Amino acid sequence: MNYNWNWSVLVTEPYLDWLISGFYWTISVALVAWIFAFSIGCLVGIGRTLPNKFIAGACTCYVELFRNVPLLVQMFLWYFAMPEALPEEWGRWVKRDMPNPEFVTAVIALSLYTASRVAEQVRAGIEAVPKGLAAAAKAHGHGVAQTYRYILLPISLRMVVPPMTSEFLTVFKNSSLALTIGLLELTAQSQQIAEYTFRGFEAFTAATVIYVLIALVATVAM
Amino acid sequence: MIDIENVSKWYGDFQVLKDCTSQVTQKEVVVVCGPSGSGKSTLIKCVNGLEPVQQGRIVVDGADITAKGTDLTALRARIGMVFQHFELYPHMTVRENLCLAQEKVLKRSRDEAVSRAELFLDRVGLSEHIDKHPGQLSGGQQQRVAIARSLVMDPIVMLFDEPTSALDPEMINEVLDVMVELAKEGMTMMVVTHEMGFAKKVADRVIFMDEGAIVEDRSTEDFFGNPESDRAKDFLSKILNH
Ligand SMILES: Nc1ncnc2c1ncn2[C@@H]1O[C@H](COP(=O)(O)OP(=O)(O)OP(=O)(O)O)[C@@H](O)[C@H]1O
Ligand SMILES: [Mg+2]
Repeated sequence: MNYNWNWSVLVTEPYLDWLISGFYWTISVALVAWIFAFSIGCLVGIGRTLPNKFIAGACTCYVELFRNVPLLVQMFLWYFAMPEALPEEWGRWVKRDMPNPEFVTAVIALSLYTASRVAEQVRAGIEAVPKGLAAAAKAHGHGVAQTYRYILLPISLRMVVPPMTSEFLTVFKNSSLALTIGLLELTAQSQQIAEYTFRGFEAFTAATVIYVLIALVATVAM
Repeated sequence: MIDIENVSKWYGDFQVLKDCTSQVTQKEVVVVCGPSGSGKSTLIKCVNGLEPVQQGRIVVDGADITAKGTDLTALRARIGMVFQHFELYPHMTVRENLCLAQEKVLKRSRDEAVSRAELFLDRVGLSEHIDKHPGQLSGGQQQRVAIARSLVMDPIVMLFDEPTSALDPEMINEVLDVMVELAKEGMTMMVVTHEMGFAKKVADRVIFMDEGAIVEDRSTEDFFGNPESDRAKDFLSKILNH
């Protein structure tokens, strides 16, 4: 291949700033979405295993809905359709006055989608705890809340850590879909650099390296 | 102490318990035996409300387990239960296993819970293992810890569901010895077991179950001396000959 590599564009202004800004938005969207996804996912996952049929059923519906609609479609629905479906006042606020609408929408879409996947991992973890342990806790007078708090959750959370790491990485990778609703995260900025400089290889190589580094750091940290 | 009146239970269409009636009075030791699948575990689980019944009544120490609105949690805290597979909490030390329900259910102070845990662990001969996790103990030791875990709650009755059938033969006696000791101290006990030596030694009565029904409910001498039903005779000849 006779391509003339020119890495210097990456450290030229304003392109370096663009990359840094893209990196910042990718990290922000992914981390904020992860905090929501993890919290909601744990609650929904626990909910699916509760003896209460109504709560369990509602949580199952949540998972099936959000897990089975493509994330890109969800992103578009939240961005384009949701403001129309809201009461008029709210819709206007969302469209006109809500600060940073791309960011907020991306976080909502990513959190709710990822929460459905986290919920499945949490449910599987709880169901993998031998049934006899919950029976023993019940036989000793522990109620449902105590049984979860002291027996089921401590045991299952240990099992759930490895799959959680991979869900966490998935949030990072999926955050690139936010470019479709106009959030200038890492992938969008690389694309923009490519368009301005005609240095597509360099720009996307930089993005690739940054994504891989984030993944490595996350894996080591967990 | 325990009153089982005309209890029937179904799993879907399948009737597991058929009109079972029996009593266990205070300080009595009753052994429940019978072939596999005859409903022994189910019956004992109904006694502390782990399984609901569809017909009949079970009254323990004056409280109707089967009535709506009974505070099952409070009642269960006073009914000890020992399982075939021990069911110790694997992520906790022996000390924490013994303290959890004392602190969270009976609301005892930490100090009181720990001192009772030490007392009963000593009684089952496992004092030096208090800081270990269940996985570091042999099956026999785990089952003795499980018995101690129930005893710290000051139970009014102890239920055992095949406490020795998951154990290697050389560990059976260390568990049975603890149970014999308990029986001699006057603990009210309902024990599902195939250990007929244990039954002969300490049981006041034997309940024999087959296909969900209580077929025999008689004093221990009567049961071993002249069993009435062919089913019981057949069962005894099989179990005593090996
Ligand atoms: N949760 C359940 N759902 C459906 N059927 C069940 C359930 N639990 C038990 N059974 C059935 O009820 C019958 C009685 O079971 P149970 O465990 O009480 O027998 P058991 O006398 O304790 O037998 P074993 O000696 O093998 O422990 C069996 O036929 C069993 O298959
Ligand atoms: Mg059984």
